[in-house]
Amino acid sequence: MKLYLHYLSIHLRAQMQYKTSFLLTVLGQFVGSFTFLLSILFLMNRFHTIRGFTTAQVLLCFGVVLMAFSIAECFFRGFDSFAGTISGGQFDRILVRPRSEVLLTLCSKAELSRIGRFAQAALVFAYAIPSSGVHWTWDKILTLIFMVVSGVALFSGLFVIYAAICFFTTEGLEFMNIFTDGGREFGSYPIAVYGERVLKFFTFVVPLALVQYYPFLYLVDQAEHRWYALTPLAAWLFLIPCAILWKVGLRHYKSTGS
Amino acid sequence: MNAVNASPVSGIRKYATYFRIRFTSGLQYRAAAAAGVATQFAWGFLTVLLYKAFWEADPASFPMGIAQVTSYLWLRQAFLAMFNSWTVDNTILSDITGGNIAYELIRPMNLYALWYTKNISMRAANVTLRFLPVLIVASLVPAPYGMGLPADVPAALGFVLTMILGALVTCAMVMFIYIFTFFTMQPMGVRMVFNAVTEFCSGDLVPLPFFPPALAAFLEYTPFASMANVPFRIYSGHIAGWDILRCAGLQLFWLAVLVFLGCLMMKKALKRAVIQGG
Amino acid sequence: MIELHHISKTFRVARRNAGMREAVKAFFRREYTEIRALDDVSFTIGDGEMVGYIGPNGAGKSSTIKIMSGILHPDMDKGTCVIDGLVPWKNRKEHVRHIGVVFGQRSQLWWDVPVLDSYELIRDIYQIDKPVYRRNLEELTECLQIGEILRTPVRQLSLGQRMRCEIGASLLHDPKILFLDEPTIGLDAVSKIAVRDFIRRRNREHGTTVILTTHDMQDIEALTERILLIGKGRILLDGSLSELKSRHSGVRKITVSHSGSDVPEKLPAGIVCTENQPGQASFAVDTAAVGVSEAIGMLSGLLEITDLSVAGATAEELVVSLYEEFAI
Repeated sequence: MKLYLHYLSIHLRAQMQYKTSFLLTVLGQFVGSFTFLLSILFLMNRFHTIRGFTTAQVLLCFGVVLMAFSIAECFFRGFDSFAGTISGGQFDRILVRPRSEVLLTLCSKAELSRIGRFAQAALVFAYAIPSSGVHWTWDKILTLIFMVVSGVALFSGLFVIYAAICFFTTEGLEFMNIFTDGGREFGSYPIAVYGERVLKFFTFVVPLALVQYYPFLYLVDQAEHRWYALTPLAAWLFLIPCAILWKVGLRHYKSTGS
Repeated sequence: MNAVNASPVSGIRKYATYFRIRFTSGLQYRAAAAAGVATQFAWGFLTVLLYKAFWEADPASFPMGIAQVTSYLWLRQAFLAMFNSWTVDNTILSDITGGNIAYELIRPMNLYALWYTKNISMRAANVTLRFLPVLIVASLVPAPYGMGLPADVPAALGFVLTMILGALVTCAMVMFIYIFTFFTMQPMGVRMVFNAVTEFCSGDLVPLPFFPPALAAFLEYTPFASMANVPFRIYSGHIAGWDILRCAGLQLFWLAVLVFLGCLMMKKALKRAVIQGG
Repeated sequence: MIELHHISKTFRVARRNAGMREAVKAFFRREYTEIRALDDVSFTIGDGEMVGYIGPNGAGKSSTIKIMSGILHPDMDKGTCVIDGLVPWKNRKEHVRHIGVVFGQRSQLWWDVPVLDSYELIRDIYQIDKPVYRRNLEELTECLQIGEILRTPVRQLSLGQRMRCEIGASLLHDPKILFLDEPTIGLDAVSKIAVRDFIRRRNREHGTTVILTTHDMQDIEALTERILLIGKGRILLDGSLSELKSRHSGVRKITVSHSGSDVPEKLPAGIVCTENQPGQASFAVDTAAVGVSEAIGMLSGLLEITDLSVAGATAEELVVSLYEEFAI
């Protein structure tokens, strides 16, 4: 932890060397998610509800996913840009350090300009939390926190998978975008709007619905069971296959060196 | 620079050669293309499902038929490699910021034309590898999720014509990323802001007919609407009759304006670069 | 102590031919070509030795270095590699505490922050105790003469300054073994000499084992007594530089400038005057009969030598003749 903070402070100092670039990137992040927010608003304004959910409720979903994504992207950037780490040979440097390679990869990058997206998510929360019609109680606040934190874990897991695939090939990685960027964009609406099959996929394969749809139902008092509030915790199981894949990839790397 | 060229024909020929080389080398990236096709198909499918859900919520509020929307969405996915605003040639950007631009300047070529050729050939290669698989699979998907045929013969012809014009306008737009980078030297931030605005205003996130009417009416006249918006809506018959020609005319107009402006700003930017010794 | 016994490394490379049909075929059934990067490599390096590891590009140098530093594991079924009692790829974290690696073409320093910040980060990575770190830093700063540039961001340093800082970064945890992968590549003459001096001093004062890969034969000549030559994955030669030189002896040409008297007619056995002009003369020396240094000694007894040069005996040419001999 101490090492991570040390890395973080260096990242911060290094990025502050390029203030204009940093600010422009923050602005870009903000505008990028702002236009997306606008597109949701345009659609919701025209149709008022989607599968019975109101605009403010949809925005609550949007806020959760965007916040989780921006945090994961900020801190797990080292995995997200792993293809370059491998091809640039920096991973060899990581391997000659007496520390866990996962930790050092985690440390290797931090994209603090993601604060642009984070700010957007915070603003959306500021609007959606009071106007979503949710009767906020302690357990619901806790559920919301679970949703964001587990969402971070989920997106981080996806980044780790992405990086693990880089051990084998750096070609054709674009399809992972369906889950990362796609997860962010399509996760802006409660997953169930895409129908039963998509919901199943995002429950059992990539458990995005566990951090978004089910606990969200609990928040808006449409949940069939009380334990829907705890589904975000189940999303952590997703990290197990991610870790295994990473290990397999690492073994492959050590046997081929490329 | 033009004085160096023996004739206009040989002047164009070198860009044609450039196009051919870049195009064929771009065709090599098949694994990337396969992944792109898979991504674009999955993405398209989810988008179609989303609009289906909106359709079910309130069909009366739909500004276009559901089949027209699905065609629009699938076309968008199939031709994403051509019309997206984020594909740029990173070597050009690093040439600008790294000062390597001097090497480009010593060649007897117009830099604007050269970069424009680079862009369009890269996009053409990418889209050639990708559009057919997406279209074929999309047309196999059962209605109302699948992709239909063009509305009629004029729609098909108009689609091809405005598609080519739209591609040219898109490239002329993207050229401004390079030009802005000249002035700011910050490619990342410029690109992100540019992408966000272009994506939004060109109807890439949400088709323009879904916008609030006043805003949509305004955007129709901007260059953003002259990119992918026009051909995709002509295909399904949402824009029909004389409107096709009107839209094509507008595309031509914007193409001329953007290229003119681009060349002008590029000249300014280069002057700056030369003075700075960059 | 580094011990490699019968280490082999085979890579499987997917073979792909041009054309769409081949691409489709490859999709279903990949054909592989096996490449032997290392073939039955054995050597032992004692503590405190300095070894030059040479060979043409693609001969297997970096594979060996990667195996010794725990990045790569060799073919499993046979061969052993034990370094100070540890198997590098099995006890990676424990092992790398005791080694330092300098990749000449890649940097471990942060581009945008002062060198010292990078050093402090490395201190935390290796969990070096503060007093130990301070002592090591002080010593390295002094020996490498980097005191004035420690507070400068790396991007403002010259290549030579950066390489010195790079080497410093690899030694902060006081490793017993130092792997140097082309440490002088791209440096100017002054920096090269500074780097070489430092490495020699480090080896002498700390007993650090140094393994050096390079294409610059002056590095080898200045630093290492022992040479390992690798080609096509095999160790072709393991011996001392002087031994090699004498093995590949032949006629050497010594050119001298001298003042005063003429070249005497009678010369010692093995030395023949080939050119004689006022103030300058060339001699052919048969090194089978008389060593070059011996010959120089004799000549300086006969002439007032003001300047001299020896041609044909450089390590550079030696290596070329070695590559030719082994056909690699």
